[in-house]
Amino acid sequence: MRHILSILLENEAGALSRVVGLFSARAYNIDSLTVSTTEDPTLSRMTIVTHGSDEVIEQITKQLNKLIEVVKVIDLNESDHIERELMLIKVRATGKDREEMKRMADIFRGRIIDVTEKTYTIELTGTSEKLGAFIEAIDRSVILETVRTGASGIGRGERILKI
Amino acid sequence: MQISGAEILVRSLQEEGVEFVFGYPGGAVLEIYDAIFKQDQFKHVLVRHEQAAVHAADAYSRSCNKVGVALVTSGPGATNAVTGIATAYMDSVPMVVISGQVPTPAIGMDAFQEVDMVGITRPCVKHNFLVKDIGELATTIKKAFYIAATGRPGPVVVDIPKDVTQRLAEFHYPESVSIRSYVPVTRGHPGQIKKAASLLAEARRPYIYIGGGAVQGNASAEVTELVRMLGLPCTNTLMGLGAYPGDDRQCLGMLGMHGTYEANMAMQYCDVLIAVGARFDDRVISVPSHFLAQPKKIVHIDIDPSSIAKRVKVDVPIVGDVKHVLRDLIDLMKQNGQRPDAANLAGWWMQIEQWRSYNSLLYTPSSELIKPQYVVQKLYEITGGDAIITSDVGQHQMWAAQYYPFKRPKQWLNSGGLGTMGFGLPAAIGAQLANPDAQVACITGEGSIQMNIQELSTAKQYHTPVKVIALNNRYLGMVRQWQELFYGTRYAESYMDALPDFVGIAEAYGHVGMKIENPADVEGALREAFSPALKERLVFMDFRTDQSENVFPMIQNGKGLDQMDLPPHMRELQIAPFENNRDYGNMC
Repeated sequence: MRHILSILLENEAGALSRVVGLFSARAYNIDSLTVSTTEDPTLSRMTIVTHGSDEVIEQITKQLNKLIEVVKVIDLNESDHIERELMLIKVRATGKDREEMKRMADIFRGRIIDVTEKTYTIELTGTSEKLGAFIEAIDRSVILETVRTGASGIGRGERILKI
Repeated sequence: MQISGAEILVRSLQEEGVEFVFGYPGGAVLEIYDAIFKQDQFKHVLVRHEQAAVHAADAYSRSCNKVGVALVTSGPGATNAVTGIATAYMDSVPMVVISGQVPTPAIGMDAFQEVDMVGITRPCVKHNFLVKDIGELATTIKKAFYIAATGRPGPVVVDIPKDVTQRLAEFHYPESVSIRSYVPVTRGHPGQIKKAASLLAEARRPYIYIGGGAVQGNASAEVTELVRMLGLPCTNTLMGLGAYPGDDRQCLGMLGMHGTYEANMAMQYCDVLIAVGARFDDRVISVPSHFLAQPKKIVHIDIDPSSIAKRVKVDVPIVGDVKHVLRDLIDLMKQNGQRPDAANLAGWWMQIEQWRSYNSLLYTPSSELIKPQYVVQKLYEITGGDAIITSDVGQHQMWAAQYYPFKRPKQWLNSGGLGTMGFGLPAAIGAQLANPDAQVACITGEGSIQMNIQELSTAKQYHTPVKVIALNNRYLGMVRQWQELFYGTRYAESYMDALPDFVGIAEAYGHVGMKIENPADVEGALREAFSPALKERLVFMDFRTDQSENVFPMIQNGKGLDQMDLPPHMRELQIAPFENNRDYGNMC
């Protein structure tokens, strides 16, 4: 099953490679990984999307906690959460495709952020599923380039991950 | 006053009460060696290969409960140390390994003797540091010792660029450090301990499974108290040998791939199992599904949460220091007067005694060929079962574990997790330095000993009179055994041809060498080696043993604990299968 893990870790050189190294050394999956600093510059916040059985996810969580630089780990799937991913997608926009692309971007609440005579670059935010749906919805042959950030997640309501 | 980074390092090691630093100099650590030269608070032990420095520091730590320290130079010095670091990591040994690094401006430039030590060791250390700022050096050393020794212990690497050792700074050694992201637990959850007590009290066939965590966690007294208080059977793992005295009737011997019949059968057929600092690894329980096919309730006490529910799901996980958890468990059971039903327990013991009566460690004696088991038994007799034994890896390691019943923890030092050949001799040197009055013997084979035989030179330099017991069968014995059993006796590259004259080698290094070819000479030779006349000498004993001897019992890959390959004398026996519902109460 797909899980989103949220991790607070020390913002130190090498901390990221410890996390990534752990996943490859123990043959766990990383579907996506995002990381950046938080309002506290000594801390980084990482979101890892992974999949595995409950036993595997339990081991991943424990192994992550064992890393000295990891401060906290939560599995966002354990309760309500919000997930967002950003996608920048460059599409060919000529002839009848040009109007169609504009329409599709609107339907998916995307924004066209760069325009040339032949292309649109569309910015789209949403769950990973929604971004996938957009790609499915448009004609594959017009896609020139896709950049996805991977999911970031946060708990709903009062639930927070802080030291 | 400002002092150099090298001096800061040396002062920090002194603050930590370090007695010995095992190491090898080189370009990147010259400054550090100069600072060591100018002090006399700790001693430096010059090994002949960096791997040996780490093994010696490791065994020093294992045998005396302090953090071991090794010092190596950058590049090849650092990579040579990696096997030793991985060995210590797998067996949870607290160590600080200091490696030199090229100067900070040269990092990443493919400089001479540059290697990314932090990158290379990342998967086999508890933690590692690259010290780029001299202002961080003392605190980093403090953190390294703290991390190495607390929680589940392990090796910590501190990589120090040469320019950091040369720069100047004020020295302040912190009294303590706290790391917000690292807070090891010690006490177990009282609710879980209560559940464990109830399970144990209701058990019909209880069993205590004692691992290396009981040794490293100094919980031998507590585990012994629990076992004796309740009259329970117990088993030690390879890493746990000595945590409960191996010569006591309540100990069924070692379990696992080469465990005794009774230890393995009891593991399979117990109904309540208490795992103490053990991790259900593949060499112990073999296939988890087969192990769990026989219903049992499992209590797992471990300081490392990730060891729990890794291979086997347990009923009562207790995260905590085994010493504290056992203390709380004992006190609780005493207070409540909880103990398993006496009649049930007596019946369980009857079953165990029946299994034990088959004497699964029996071997066929010979007057022609030296049986390796016989050598270990005689060694046990002659040393009064009191020696510190180190070993390498292979058949000799298993025979040492089977035929030398260790009486106390930290008496048996071997590479159980990583299985590192070449561990034994440097380990014996480290253990002898930590325990100058103890008898130290290294049980090895002619294959393993040659992986670090150059350390005979170190032993000479530091007067460590260890006794090397080489069980020389001219084969990589465990490889040969597997080839005999599973590869149609095709002995691919397992025969050791062109063996050196070990007596000559020992003598060339300034030691005493003995070659023993006749079973009748075994005892006399051992007595001589351990006699007062040779007390101060390293004696290398080359025992020419039976080439065809195999280690039994044995659990083949994919088989369960109750599906052992038995020694020849047990193969014809009609052993009744264990009956789960037998009413033990009526049997006694």
